[in-house]
Amino acid sequence: MVSPAGPDFPATIYADLHFLHEVTSPQAFALLRERNLPVRRPDRTWAVVDHSIPTRFEAGAPVWGSEAARSQVEELERNCAEHRIPLFRMGAPEQGIVHVVGPELGLTRPGATIVCGDSHTSTHGAFGAWAFGIGATEVAQVLATQCLLQERPPTLGIEVSGSLAPGVSAKDLILGIIRRLGVGGGRGFVLEYRGATIRGLSMEERMTVCNMSIEAGARAGLIAPDEVTFDWMEGRRFLPRGDRFGELVRDWRRLAGDEGAVFDAAESFDASTLEPMVTWGTNPGMSCGISEPTPAPQTAEERAALEYMEIEPGRPLSGRAVDVVFIGSCTNARISDLRTAAALFAGRRVHPRTRTLVVPGSAAVKEQAAAEGLDEVFRAAGAEWREPGCSMCIAMNGDRLAPGQLAVSTSNRNFRGRQGPGGRTVLASPATAAASAIAGAVADPRRWLPA
Amino acid sequence: MERRVRVESRTVVLPLDDLDTDQVVPARFLTATDRSGLGAALFHDLRRDREGRLLPDFPLNRQEAAGARILVAGANFGCGSSREHAPWALLEAGFAAVVSSSLADIFRANAARNGLVPVEVEAEVHARLLAAPGIRLVVEVERRLLQFPDGSEAPFRLAPFARRCLLTGLSPLEFLLRREPEISRHEREAERSAR
Repeated sequence: MVSPAGPDFPATIYADLHFLHEVTSPQAFALLRERNLPVRRPDRTWAVVDHSIPTRFEAGAPVWGSEAARSQVEELERNCAEHRIPLFRMGAPEQGIVHVVGPELGLTRPGATIVCGDSHTSTHGAFGAWAFGIGATEVAQVLATQCLLQERPPTLGIEVSGSLAPGVSAKDLILGIIRRLGVGGGRGFVLEYRGATIRGLSMEERMTVCNMSIEAGARAGLIAPDEVTFDWMEGRRFLPRGDRFGELVRDWRRLAGDEGAVFDAAESFDASTLEPMVTWGTNPGMSCGISEPTPAPQTAEERAALEYMEIEPGRPLSGRAVDVVFIGSCTNARISDLRTAAALFAGRRVHPRTRTLVVPGSAAVKEQAAAEGLDEVFRAAGAEWREPGCSMCIAMNGDRLAPGQLAVSTSNRNFRGRQGPGGRTVLASPATAAASAIAGAVADPRRWLPA
Repeated sequence: MERRVRVESRTVVLPLDDLDTDQVVPARFLTATDRSGLGAALFHDLRRDREGRLLPDFPLNRQEAAGARILVAGANFGCGSSREHAPWALLEAGFAAVVSSSLADIFRANAARNGLVPVEVEAEVHARLLAAPGIRLVVEVERRLLQFPDGSEAPFRLAPFARRCLLTGLSPLEFLLRREPEISRHEREAERSAR
């Protein structure tokens, strides 16, 4: 903290790390230009292109979704060059979705304050960082001063117990938690996920959980770092090696949650009764287990959502025909997600009515997948294997649903039109998405689990 | 930042809970690189049919909504994406205040920073506003009060700093730039302890 709060102003907080992308930064740079202000700490600022970039190339050339998308990317390139901010461009080995790349490169660290003009910045909370999304004006403030003004947020402890059943993933867990809290239930809180189930999750699973904190309305979500965290981080590109890494770990161990920690609010959640989750409505809180009948609507919003989705309550969603399967996004496009999907695709074919996109979260994930032969599995199954980017999660780059199409998607938002105007989204885990691609319909992945 | 002391206008009521910022400004309009020009994108896919024709029943499309500067929205308005394009579009379309029982966290902060007054009221006040679309309402920032046409008043929540910025036109950027000595000291101390 730079300086404490006063009677009519919040505390001034220092941002240890600031990520930029092409969508929410141009207006921030424009504000700097208007005021003739320099970027205070280009060495604490990292830029990446992910939202608007093509994930498809033809004859070696990117297929841009629009001229506006291309000029937005070029504007970020100009801004970064002008202010000497490192930028991971298309085709660079470090490029990818900002919330995949930060952790992967070892930029994301426990105890750090991390901001980005992107609501899924909560992903970095998986490392015990305080990480949250900010608006474009705030991006300008951080560029100019490396600081932002923050009220102390209330905390919500979420104690998770019970083992996840086979075929049930971290994605299903967080969808279950958001169903319980509702999309406004965590509003303003910093969520801390804790308990034996959380300790048993891998780093990539923890990132999936923290990623969707914002979908419950939370400011941030985090998990105290532990040996799983440190093991995953060791050897990452921007972290020191050997003894110096050991010294950092000694500091980070002090960030472990206190046994009897007191939160402003508390919830407990039993993960053992969860089954694969699917959303039936138009926000991430509108979900149910895949074998559960879709609930009868209780509110006008739920009625409108069912109407938009053309879903009849009282029947399970499984069996509903699927036009598109999207495996990607900052929620579920890491190597373990692709391995899970590939295990289901191996020796099988995507259903002819279902177009299937697999979009790796980063160039490094893509390379690792290729090294393991996963790309061949996806292609052989009839799926499209793309270049890294946000792609159809936000549908800004030309990858989008046609009006009326239904997608099963591993992304984080099933808002109306999120994946293309008039498109419909069912959020699910990578396993459920892959199973649905094979079946050509919303499908329970457990039917293909190895016995 | 423009000062915003008082807003007086008829209300437009959009009684949908959990309305996300993807509905306020759909993502395909986010390739814009400046703040202006987003007014036409406001609630684009809710306001129009698939051919782009305005839907006559949508509250913002009704004749009586013309010129309204106060939007009364459902609970948890502005959830989802952090896009500041949402308040920019609302401002360009003429709105100066958004009233709800609860505004989503990032949206509320983005709104105040741009001079769009984020007004959070108690549930019963919210219900009263939802039930009476088109009434003439006054948002008084100084006293944090709503004034109804019958002269009655209701308090609203607004963080002290947001109130100060709205009343004086102070921008948070300006405030932070004045913190330069503390910021430099913080950086020096952090570097010392890292060695």
